[in-house]
Amino acid sequence: MKRLILAVSMLALSLSGVRAVALTIEITKGADGGIPIAVVPFKWQGQTALPVEVGDIIAADLYRSGQFNPLPVDDFLSRPSDESEVKYKDWRLIKAVNLVVGRVTQMGTDRYAVRFQLFDIFRERQLAGFRWEVTGSDLRKIAHQISDKVYEALTGRPGAFDSRIAYVTLLRTASKGSEYQLMVADADGYNPMQILRSPDPILSPAWAADGAWLAYVSFEDGRSKILVQNLHTGARKKLAEFPGINGAPAWSPDGKHMAMTLSRDGNPEIYVMHIASGSLRRLTNHSSIDTEAAWSPDARHLVFTSDRAGRPQIYRMSAAGGRAERLTFEGKENARASYDRTGKHLTLVTNQGNGDQIGVFSLSKGSLEILTDGRFDESPTFAPNGAMILYAAQRGGSGLLSAVSADGRVRQVLRSESGTVREPAWSSLNR
Amino acid sequence: MRKILVWPVIALMTLGLAGCASDKKQTTAEIEDASVGAGGVSASGLGSGSDASGQVIGSQAGTVDDPLSRRVIYFEYDSSVLTDEGRFIVEAHAAYLASNPGMAVVLEGHADERGTREYNLALGESRGAVIGELFQGLGIDPSAIRVVSYGEERSVALGHDDNAWAMNRRVEILY
Repeated sequence: MKRLILAVSMLALSLSGVRAVALTIEITKGADGGIPIAVVPFKWQGQTALPVEVGDIIAADLYRSGQFNPLPVDDFLSRPSDESEVKYKDWRLIKAVNLVVGRVTQMGTDRYAVRFQLFDIFRERQLAGFRWEVTGSDLRKIAHQISDKVYEALTGRPGAFDSRIAYVTLLRTASKGSEYQLMVADADGYNPMQILRSPDPILSPAWAADGAWLAYVSFEDGRSKILVQNLHTGARKKLAEFPGINGAPAWSPDGKHMAMTLSRDGNPEIYVMHIASGSLRRLTNHSSIDTEAAWSPDARHLVFTSDRAGRPQIYRMSAAGGRAERLTFEGKENARASYDRTGKHLTLVTNQGNGDQIGVFSLSKGSLEILTDGRFDESPTFAPNGAMILYAAQRGGSGLLSAVSADGRVRQVLRSESGTVREPAWSSLNR
Repeated sequence: MRKILVWPVIALMTLGLAGCASDKKQTTAEIEDASVGAGGVSASGLGSGSDASGQVIGSQAGTVDDPLSRRVIYFEYDSSVLTDEGRFIVEAHAAYLASNPGMAVVLEGHADERGTREYNLALGESRGAVIGELFQGLGIDPSAIRVVSYGEERSVALGHDDNAWAMNRRVEILY
């Protein structure tokens, strides 16, 4: 009984965004052959200290993507900040293919003008250029947007640097017991904000496509429930608290429906709720476990995990209902699939007999590629541009987030200073 | 939409009050009132449940012949099928509960860490439900039974090996 009282007195649910310790990124497997690019430190025109090193953030973003090789600043022969100062010969000498220059100008108290230009060294011309006026707190965001523009201009695919991730941390201490936190941070682990804290488990965060709402599962008073929370206001709404499990929320692409797993009618089945009215439609009807639904980008299909053939495998069905078609046959088990933005690939957890790893399944070829080598890898989530997959891994008995490029060439670890990190979810592009 | 915005405030207030009070049951009820369609059973509460399980695991190391002293039912990997021993223990509890009508029982299902979290949530639910069905078959009032699954979130053994996993694949019978 003592423990009960303690648990209740600690049930301090915090909904306001609380600043927390940033995740630190460590590249654990680099790739050769990225595009050699020179990112010149941005010129600072102001009286006080430059609040944020924009050039450093851009270089770090591009490096982490695995598709760029930012050249060492010490090798630069000149440090231009706009087109008039660029000598193309200087950059050919150090074998740069592309060049990013820019400057930050103080316009007033907490007001900054940021401009950048991207150049093709060999064709000697500008590929992209942009100017913004922002407050200091938005400088990191602008740096990520510049990275996105550079990435898109040079790879032809949208960047995903200006996006966010959600994840759950768990801290176990002898004095306080378990403390779960639902966190939201920039895609590079900076600006982490705590949006929920609870002594009871928090699970399965899922982003609405507009980036303003998160759905999740909380056990905050001893039973599972699905909640949605607005990230701007902190307002919460309870979507489901039926008898049995209320799990695996997944927003439809238009944000109007939520797929979820409920066992209210007997055993775990997949339902779709119309969020505004709360009305439910049951999609699966099978005596086995059906869970972990995910929508195709065109909202026509859902994939889900079912053990109807004995072990968990991935199935697909029409969002209108009907028959389910089994997709995965390779490996002992496959679970928790979700689509990339093209709808052509699924990322999933696969067990080939040696623990749980992250794989990419091609829907057209029916083939599975395994990208990781852990034993407890789980919760894979595609970057909104499909270039990276973020997932949860275990190292030294503690959970951490890892990211792998969709081609498996680059791997990195996002580490928290305290506690274990799990269940990442990558937002859509905020456009 | 106004209703929606008000809810978290109520929740915060209730939870804040709970910080001073020691009656968790009441808190739970108040939150449920603010929701739609909640299926309100909350008998023994979660905290006392966890207490009970803690005692049981300790006493199991000793020699206790009375099956009623054993409140944890263990399962095979990815299975919600009762073992012979599990069934024996469940039947003993069913007989006790049947002779003590009015007692509420919570069946708390758990899974080991292998497999995905949501699948394990479902697996823990299925394990609890199997015992719930057997209880009903043995004459326990369905309204007295509540199944709650924590999946792999509440391990009792924290290792990453067969022994730890075997301890974690379980249903705790709490009353």
